[in-house]
Formats: sequence, C-alpha cells, structure tokens
Amino acid sequence: MPEPTYRAAPPDALRVEPLGELTAIFDRRSMQTHLVVSPMPEILEAMGADDCDAVTLAERLAQHFDFDGADDVQPILAERLSELAAMGLVARA
Amino acid sequence: MRHSTRIAVGPVQFRIGSDWPEPITALEQLYASYPKDDARSADATVRLLAARPWRRWVRPSVHIGGDFVVPDALPLPLSMGLLAAEMGMNLQVALGWRRHMLLHASAVARDGRALIMSGESGSGKSTLAALLGEGDWRLMGDEFTLIEPEGGNALAFPRAVSLKNEAIAEVAARVDAARLGPLIASTPKGDIRHLIPRADAIADMHEPARPALLLFPRFGGNAAIEPMGEGETFVRLTEASTNYVALGEVGFAALTRLVRETPAFGVSYPDSATGIALVEQLWAETK
Repeated sequence: MPEPTYRAAPPDALRVEPLGELTAIFDRRSMQTHLVVSPMPEILEAMGADDCDAVTLAERLAQHFDFDGADDVQPILAERLSELAAMGLVARA
Repeated sequence: MRHSTRIAVGPVQFRIGSDWPEPITALEQLYASYPKDDARSADATVRLLAARPWRRWVRPSVHIGGDFVVPDALPLPLSMGLLAAEMGMNLQVALGWRRHMLLHASAVARDGRALIMSGESGSGKSTLAALLGEGDWRLMGDEFTLIEPEGGNALAFPRAVSLKNEAIAEVAARVDAARLGPLIASTPKGDIRHLIPRADAIADMHEPARPALLLFPRFGGNAAIEPMGEGETFVRLTEASTNYVALGEVGFAALTRLVRETPAFGVSYPDSATGIALVEQLWAETK
C-alpha cells in the first residue's frame, strides 16, 4: 500500500509558540489551541509547501537530525502524520 | 427591578437590581468608598430575582440572573442576598468580559509590579492576597486579575474580599471592624464575611501593574517551592482563564507572552505566616 501523503496548513494558518518543553500552536481556522511536544513542531516545519509522505519527510528530517540508522523512523513518522491530520494541523493530500 | 445600584470595580461597571431592598443596602454599605460614576453605562447587569412573585413576601429566596444565566444557579435565602450578588457579579464578569484576558487569580502589587496567584478554591490565594494587602502591598483583587492584551499589564479587580471560614478570624484580628461586612453563616461555601479593601487599593484600582511573579499556591503540607516550566504554566493558566477560548488569538498571544515573561512557581505552605514568608522570599529573588 502506498504511503498516504499529507499537505501542510496554508501559510499564516498556524501560530507556533515554543514554551519550554511544550509548543503551543494556535490554529486560526478552528480557533483551537494545540499543545504538542517534539517531534510535532519539527515535522510541521519540515512539511514545506508540497505534498509529502513519511518517506519524503524522513529524508528531509535526516538532513537536520541524526536518526543513527534507526529503521523505525518511517512508521513512527507515518503515525505522527496521521495524528497531526486528526488534529487538523495537516491534511490528507 | 424595584431596587438597584451601580458599582464600579476596576474597569467593570455593574448595575445590580433586586426585588428586595436588603441586598442592595448591604452592597451599598460594602462599596460605599468606591468611586461612583452613575452616568457611565453598565458593562454587566446582575439581577436578583424573586423565584415567583409571591415568594417576595413568603419565604423569600433569591435567584441570580443577568446578561448570562447559569441554569443551575442556586436559589439562596434572602439572608444570603449579598452572596447571591457577589456570585452574580463574578458570573457576569467571568462569562461576559472580552476587553481583557481574565484570570481566576488573586493579585497584589508593589512598586508597579504585580504578583499573581492562581489556584482552586481552598488553595489560599484569596487569604494570602488579603493578608499581603494589609501589609506593604496593594491589593489588586482576591478573585480575578485582568491582563491587557496589547501591553501585557495586569489590571486590578478589587471587589470586596470574600473571606471564608478560618480566614475570617485570621483577617478580622488585623483590621478595623468597620471594614468587615456582616457574617453570612452556613452558605453553600461555608461561613463568609466580606472585607472592604484598604483605601489605597480602591483609590489606585485603575493603576496597572507589570506582572513580575506567578504563583500557584497550595495550602497544606510542608513548605516547598517548585519552579514551574512555561508549558505547565500555560496549561494551568488556560484552565484558570474564563475567557481564553472566547478571545481567540488575542488570548493566545496574551497568555504566551505572560508565561514567557513571568517566572512561575508552585508553592506549598502549612499556614499563612509561612506562605507570606515564601512569597516575600520569591519576590526578593525575582527582582
């Protein structure tokens, strides 16, 4: 089965404020506040303008983070992406 | 309403109406020293209603009404009319105010800087604020603190302090009896007696103060101070704010700023003297 692809929120839809160990995200579309921890803010930042799936995301994140050869990065990212979609912070493309 | 009065507490102008004269008379005594501006339009209306017309004469009982009505608001006997008025005032502000972010928190100020204390009922935030307000602090409020969204300053809401149970004797021992309202015994919240804030707190109620310290007091247990991270402080204050959601992004911006700029601590204390000592210690350290 192909990896589902996701689309980032439009520019200006989210206001992201790191608060120590948590990151508060205000979604201007739903007026909801989301509180997330790592790696959610990093994933949102790496999403970019084009659609992407867990494979592409893993490649992008690997440029900035050392995954140390771990082989479960993709399934973990796929799970996090589906959680972000459930929160409405990313959308299924 | 057959009887009514207007009261200004901080930025809020209340119009309070009642089917009976007693609660209005009691309120006017309690708020006699507050500045009056009857020409200003009311921001919030509180109505103390007779349950049924005939109840005004037979076993009177007070219902709370106003711009916002909570369906299960308790009917209270007329002897508790003052408590009903206080609950009504809190309700109208908590549900209706939009100009500032409202925190369910007490506050005191010194040198233009505010100490804000947030906690559930029974945490001692009200008693601590009342006691500090009798020392060299200005009482800003025992129940609500307002945060200006633009500048981030704290504004006072110095309503008459609602002293409960053991706090009544503790505070009564230190103040002139003329500053205490009537004892309202055996209310759903226990015994209640109101304390009129000191004249300086009323005179300066429009003076903003810069938030300098956030405390989350817990009455009971050994004395302890625990630094609180920005994330936990943010979560706790969203819970303590009655209008955070209604304010939308304005509230989000005001709260993230408050949390980033203000050091926060959880404080446990076994008695008021220890609580005050811990407050003074933290205040000295955050200067």
